[in-house]
Amino acid sequence: MSARADGGGAGGDVAVLGTGMHAWGKWGRSFVEYGVAAARAALADAGVDWRDVGAVVGADTVRGGYPGYVAGATFARALGWQGARVMSVYAACASGAQAIAAARAQILAGLADVVLVVGADAAPKGFFAPAGGERPDDPDWLRFRVLGATNPAYFGLLARRRMAVHGETPEDFALVKVKNAAAGALNPYARYRRPVTAAEVAASPVVADPLRLLDICATSDGAAALVLASMAYARRHGVADPVRVRAVSTVTPVYPRTVPDLPDIATDSAVGAAPAPCSFRESIARAAYEEAGIGPEELSLAEVYDLSTALELQWYEDLGLCGEGEGARLVREGVTALGGRVPVNVSGGLASFGEAVPAQALAQVCELTRQLRGTAGARQVPGARVGIAVNQGLFGHGGGVLVVR
Amino acid sequence: MVWRCRPVVPGWFTEGGDDGGFRLLGTRCTACSAVFFPREDVHCRNPGCRGGGELVEVPLSRRGRVWSYTDGRYRPPAPYVSDPAVPWEPYTLVAVELAAEALVVLGQAAPGVGIGDLAVGMEVEAVPGVLNEDAGTGTVWTTWHWRPVAA
Repeated sequence: MSARADGGGAGGDVAVLGTGMHAWGKWGRSFVEYGVAAARAALADAGVDWRDVGAVVGADTVRGGYPGYVAGATFARALGWQGARVMSVYAACASGAQAIAAARAQILAGLADVVLVVGADAAPKGFFAPAGGERPDDPDWLRFRVLGATNPAYFGLLARRRMAVHGETPEDFALVKVKNAAAGALNPYARYRRPVTAAEVAASPVVADPLRLLDICATSDGAAALVLASMAYARRHGVADPVRVRAVSTVTPVYPRTVPDLPDIATDSAVGAAPAPCSFRESIARAAYEEAGIGPEELSLAEVYDLSTALELQWYEDLGLCGEGEGARLVREGVTALGGRVPVNVSGGLASFGEAVPAQALAQVCELTRQLRGTAGARQVPGARVGIAVNQGLFGHGGGVLVVR
Repeated sequence: MVWRCRPVVPGWFTEGGDDGGFRLLGTRCTACSAVFFPREDVHCRNPGCRGGGELVEVPLSRRGRVWSYTDGRYRPPAPYVSDPAVPWEPYTLVAVELAAEALVVLGQAAPGVGIGDLAVGMEVEAVPGVLNEDAGTGTVWTTWHWRPVAA
């Protein structure tokens, strides 16, 4: 297939006309309120009237009670039903990325010119947990019942493995928190806006050895929204050179998945089938690069899912920013800090935001858009032209978005 | 009260045997020889499998090597069962590589085995264990534990 005249990539570009967010925190209100605030901000940023939006896609929360299962319609109703096409998407942490994928597909198919994408959550305090009841047919329920294995337990397994294989130390992990907290302190939408020292990380209580409280992201309320449009609509709208979504990666893992990189009870067996050529996280990045025709060496910056400090180091390798086992070197040398060669999580990352699951992947793209517009203020990466946002959704939902200008 | 032992999940491990006979139980596809744990009894999940096989029960290797380990310093939420009136005792979680099956199986460590007793690459074995006791129904919920093999 040849690239379309209006942009690169497999299917052509879509324009990011507007971004909007509700500040992260623990606000004690409904996810609908956060989502509508973000949506209105994105529409205002785009200069688009809500009644001109042809489709709305909601990234679902399952923690907001029943309305969360129908997020698209819930946001549309709150904004005032105006007859747009509507979709709701659930893909755990990849929900926002898959909502973007759904919006983009409608635009590229010519089904809608301008689409509003919204994700919002009101998260519980403490560990995420599966829904209630006796549900032994659900592997996610079983890992809590049988193993007591919380999400941080899996972050701890990865961190300890990296220490054993690559010689990383808790001090290396703390550098990630120090870096992301410094960036988050510059972001008005972040929940935590205070610089953190390595000593403070080391003094925080252990949650899942070797990771401490400040190595692990919190749960938060929050919301983010995007207004996406066809390139033709953007031109008619007077935006000649918008930030563009060039690729969205929504791949599953490939069997047999031989690394415990998802919260399961066991990996697949490599008996009877050759191991997959790359890990799940690597495949998410690789699919986005291939679709965009852009490689890691062209990145100006990246937003990655730093559920834990150690996981951010893993992402450096999975994104191809460095070779295997070299993640710690990058953070030690400042390569991934503001002012470095490839700044990572200049928004402050989950370290500064916490998880508002269906909103976070959209928030990543809000940050990339602001950076590529050159309007990120004190967090600005000079001359940013290409950015990638990646996350990994529970149960095997891939989520990567590559944007260019 | 008469206490009765029941596996936390039926069919995942042998029951009632002594330490020497205890095994985790998986299934194997007779068409492509893929192994599954937890057991897969309905469909072979290997996309390259030609199909037509059966999923037969197989005991997994008794011993493996530590891939990684961690612990839980905070009480996990339900459905993990713990008494909020009793001070929390961290559990140790071990991910174990089984060479013959070429997979990694998680499990709690045997009682008394802490982070300081483990190292990546160390040999461990699956042993019977108790997950929790339910006085209300007189049930002892049994599970598997990983325990370092004495050098």
